[in-house]
Amino acid sequence: MTAITGSFSSAPVLPKWIVPFLLLAFAYGVVPLIGSSYLFEAILLPFLALSLAGVGLNILTGYAGQVSLGSAAFMAAGAFAAYNFNLRVEGLPLIGSIFLAGIVAAAIGIVFGLPSLRLKGFYLAVSTLAAQFFVQWALTKFSWFSNDSASGVIDAPKLSIAGFAFDGAVGRYLFALTIVTALTFLAYRLVSSQTGRNFIAIRDNETAARIIGIPVLKTKLLAFAISSFIIGVAGVIWAFAYLRTVEPDGFDLDRSFQILFIIIIGGLASIRGAFFGAALIVVFPLALSRLGGFLLGDVFDSGVLDMSQRIVLGALIILFLILEPDGLVALWDRVRRRLLFAWQST
Amino acid sequence: MIADFDYQFFIEVLVGGLLSGVMYSLVAIGFVLIYKTSGVLNFAQGAMLLFAALTFVSLVERGIPFALALVITFAIMVTMGVAIERTVLRPLTNKPPITLFMATLGLSYIIEGAAQLIWGTQVHGLDLGIEDVPLEIGGVLISQFDIFAAVVAAGMVLLLSLFFRYTRIGLSFRAVADDQFAALAVGLRLPLIWGTVWAAAGLVALVAGLLWGARLGVQFSLSLVVLKALPVLVLGGFDSILGAIVGGLLIGASEKLAEVYIGDYFGGGIESWFAYVVALVFLLIRPSGLFGQKLVERV
Repeated sequence: MTAITGSFSSAPVLPKWIVPFLLLAFAYGVVPLIGSSYLFEAILLPFLALSLAGVGLNILTGYAGQVSLGSAAFMAAGAFAAYNFNLRVEGLPLIGSIFLAGIVAAAIGIVFGLPSLRLKGFYLAVSTLAAQFFVQWALTKFSWFSNDSASGVIDAPKLSIAGFAFDGAVGRYLFALTIVTALTFLAYRLVSSQTGRNFIAIRDNETAARIIGIPVLKTKLLAFAISSFIIGVAGVIWAFAYLRTVEPDGFDLDRSFQILFIIIIGGLASIRGAFFGAALIVVFPLALSRLGGFLLGDVFDSGVLDMSQRIVLGALIILFLILEPDGLVALWDRVRRRLLFAWQST
Repeated sequence: MIADFDYQFFIEVLVGGLLSGVMYSLVAIGFVLIYKTSGVLNFAQGAMLLFAALTFVSLVERGIPFALALVITFAIMVTMGVAIERTVLRPLTNKPPITLFMATLGLSYIIEGAAQLIWGTQVHGLDLGIEDVPLEIGGVLISQFDIFAAVVAAGMVLLLSLFFRYTRIGLSFRAVADDQFAALAVGLRLPLIWGTVWAAAGLVALVAGLLWGARLGVQFSLSLVVLKALPVLVLGGFDSILGAIVGGLLIGASEKLAEVYIGDYFGGGIESWFAYVVALVFLLIRPSGLFGQKLVERV
């Protein structure tokens, strides 16, 4: 589908870990000091949750080549599982609930990944919609999941680990950042391991992969499990750290598409791509509403905004597919190489 | 429980289900048409349906006569089909099908947004002049509107099948579906073929949009009938018009029967996913649908 990008780009001067390290140092050391609460609440928290979901989907779709339209279902499963573990299991630390929620999402992922053993391409993509509708239906239908709350909307628990409470926007940001960093690191290690290469082999040619001895069925289910685990945890962050409520409505089909768009725009089969894509998806509606309000004034009401967002988003997807099929990551790498080249030749 | 089984009621539910299945088939045919000729699952079919219905209703509401509005809407759909071919499909020739699928996903966002930006978001009623009085046939009550829809669907299927089998351009459609690259190499004019097929899909969208619009009212949720058509497609096979019909009937009937007879055990509302489960079960037995072409894999 797409080549692996960026792994041998021309930056021999710097060791590979330096850029992520500097970014993390900035994210932990500088951002909490200078950021406004708007920055955390409206941009950084959804960005982190969606990036992680993008990383998860990218493992399944970008690396293993199995298109899924049900990502939001796994986010929902994760969020509700974490809520219920936290509520019903006495003395379970929050981090334990989150881990178990990931496991639950992974289990559901395996169940809905079973069709992938026989189905390919569009047939599989459509069958993942079953997950989307079934999970959303189950969560709205059975009030046990939302602890019989009348409105179906429930407050998320306080975030605290080992007695340390992550209060306020900055606290929740640091909480989300830590989880996202840890899981992204693991995902990065995974895709450069033998398992990751098996994923790619299955994506590129399943029959050939089978012939060279890759256990195709096991590997596909593993991809579904790992991807759903990560997406499930992303759902927990979305509900607990960003929205502060747990509700099934936020995890609808549009959310699934949003996550798919993130990895298309960011770059398929690229861990960094999920972050690029998520940044664009989060910032772009905010920017568009500012710009529209500024240029058109009162004509630009929320209805018009909503519609023009859809149009521009759709156009962006098509443009990326035509002009930059490897996504923002490829664009960024090219720009960086040019700059580096220009700098070296001076 | 078996002893007092109400056959009369069972048959009524069954027939109602079959007829609503025809409505699903109508949408599914539009998908099949494009899939057959370009190997693309056109997710924008629902958006096209919404766009066609919304355009038609808005024209009629502005005092344009029924027939003229139909012609204008059809012309717009053809233009749209050609424009899509020019701007989206042509640059993506010979790309993997999944890329094209994602492009149609983007396309559906554009068309949905544009339809509502142009015509507004309020709900429009649509009256096709068919009275929806139930007829009694052999002791079973059947909606007249459903019968009309079934006749329209049957006519359309007949027309399309003849077209694909006996006309020159129909045959070249099949060649393109088989292998784009080879079709280009033997000199088939891909742009013309794709333009035509998207226009035809626009026509199907218009017909389906009018029938669904008359049933549900013309509004945004109309584009969601796509989600009802997808399990039908999966069940019947993406590249079979016959499959779309049989799949629609099966899904429609089983969905209604399940809702009436076992829905209560699940607490109701199972129609949002039941069709998908039926389709999945079928797929596990026949991975390319009932009538879909078998894939031969080579390395």
